[in-house]
Amino acid sequence: MRLRGLILTLAALLLPVLATAEIVVNVDQGATAPLPIAVPAFGGSPIGAQIAPVITADLASSGLFRPLDTTTFPDRGLDVNTQPQFDLWKAISAQALVTGQVVSEADGRLRVDFRLWDTYAGEQLLGLQFTSTPENWRRVAHKIADAVYQKLTGEKGYFDTRVVFVAESGTKVKPVRRLEIMDQDGANPSYLTDGSYLVFTPRFSESSQKITYMALRPTGSTIYLLDIETTRQEALGHFPGMVFAPRFSPDGRKVAFSAEKAGNTDIFVMDLASHATTRLTTDPAIDTSPSFSPDAGQIVFNSDRGGSPQLYVMNADGSGARRISFGAGRYTTPVWSPDGKFIAFTKQTGDEFHIGVMRPDGSDERLLTTSYLDEGPSWAPNGRVIMFFRQARGGRPKLWTVDVTGRVTRPSPFPLAASDPAWSPLLN
Amino acid sequence: MIPFRAGPSRLALVVLTAAALAACASRPRPMGPVATEGGPPPPPPSHYSPAPPTGEVTENQESGAPVPGSARDFVINAGDVVYFDFDSYTLRDDARPVLESQAGWLRRYPGVHVRIEGNCDERGTREYNFALGARRANAVREFLVGRGLSPGRIETISYGKERPVDPGTGEEAMAHDRNARTAVTEGAR
Repeated sequence: MRLRGLILTLAALLLPVLATAEIVVNVDQGATAPLPIAVPAFGGSPIGAQIAPVITADLASSGLFRPLDTTTFPDRGLDVNTQPQFDLWKAISAQALVTGQVVSEADGRLRVDFRLWDTYAGEQLLGLQFTSTPENWRRVAHKIADAVYQKLTGEKGYFDTRVVFVAESGTKVKPVRRLEIMDQDGANPSYLTDGSYLVFTPRFSESSQKITYMALRPTGSTIYLLDIETTRQEALGHFPGMVFAPRFSPDGRKVAFSAEKAGNTDIFVMDLASHATTRLTTDPAIDTSPSFSPDAGQIVFNSDRGGSPQLYVMNADGSGARRISFGAGRYTTPVWSPDGKFIAFTKQTGDEFHIGVMRPDGSDERLLTTSYLDEGPSWAPNGRVIMFFRQARGGRPKLWTVDVTGRVTRPSPFPLAASDPAWSPLLN
Repeated sequence: MIPFRAGPSRLALVVLTAAALAACASRPRPMGPVATEGGPPPPPPSHYSPAPPTGEVTENQESGAPVPGSARDFVINAGDVVYFDFDSYTLRDDARPVLESQAGWLRRYPGVHVRIEGNCDERGTREYNFALGARRANAVREFLVGRGLSPGRIETISYGKERPVDPGTGEEAMAHDRNARTAVTEGAR
């Protein structure tokens, strides 16, 4: 899917707004009583009938909304520019209603209008207009879902995003691993590598156009920087031993990674412009899985310098490392949330694995999931949802999501074996 | 400890191995500084090789005595794999005779280069296991260098948990997956 050519203009659709909004979705409590919302097919072009289900699926996947069954909808032939008959929608318990239409303009572009209504207050909450190239109609649907989500929860949405991950095929003893990218709802999957070498742990830069990942061949490992649009890639320097666990700094100008020499693994940072490489850890422990804080001032990482794998936070220059994980178990794969509030991680207790979160000072640890093997959390850009991969004993890994309250755990719509998901920033 | 010796076939070698292990099991093994999750460590696995996929012809399917100095000779007569305890990279007692044998073989054939592949079981996360696999490969490398082999002949690589030799999920399969394999890369007959 091309990001160029998506032209979005937002214009407010004005109807007299009679009162302030009454429906509010609480992101921390909402999953216990999801808001009933109706999203009937948009009028106009046939694409209107396709846009509504994409919006519906996005809102449902958050766990905060309960989209109502379209076969119960009372008011056919809705016109986005007229007020709905609210009594009909209240009768099926819809508290919120989204109406819209899609028009093909003379130059071939799509114009999509939508309005969000509060049926009980009887008023419009939001009205926007998007213009886009026809092939990007799914992105318009995601942007509408984001606008509805933000209006009703007060939090930024996360639906107009992509996920890069490792597509797994072959057998356990002869694995095939390819980088693949898709929309967060599983649509538009597209391979980025050809499977001739193993690939692992991709991450987006803040611009979402570049990815870094580790490639593993029989001759050794390489960290690459890959341009998604051109699929051109360059190696991140040359190192004598294993290199792995690459991540961009928040401004995209540096890559932190692990490099191993004579069996000892430490964390390094490379400046992409100058290629200057700085070593951040020096002790003989395993030091890996670095993750920058959003203000780039600190790095959380995984070290077994205390005898078992735990989480540590250090300043971005490598000084001041201090342990933050103290529960019983092994902690790995730390990831700092985009809003700076949490660190997600994988924890192993006995024969079970969990995705968990804690505050950056180590307090408030909560385990969100449990299974034979849950691993590798990645944050949605609004800091409310985590994607990870789950594998049953003897099974293949699949992508899953869990929200930060732990109440909504769902498989990703992407059906095939996959691991190492990395969530992009909001697009454009 | 019965040292590994050339046998007429791989089956004979396996039998010899089992007998050698039985002999070791009657002597108490010193416990190294290994973090294990409760219970005694599993018994050391016998050499495990998965059947090659159908259609693939590998050296192991050849019959007859291996050519001295060949990769097959190394695998059969020196022994190419050593095993580790959970979350450990300490060389076990049962690894040392294999590595002595590897060192002796490599001294006999000085033109041969090897790459040591470190592997882990799947009860850990991906990146940490790349690092642990690297530690295991390096432990073998240090042993061989300590026996006089030139470091220039020895490369290391870690596959973490990504290329298990045993696709099973029980304790025995996990024990097989925690290994370092010494692979001949060049210079062999």
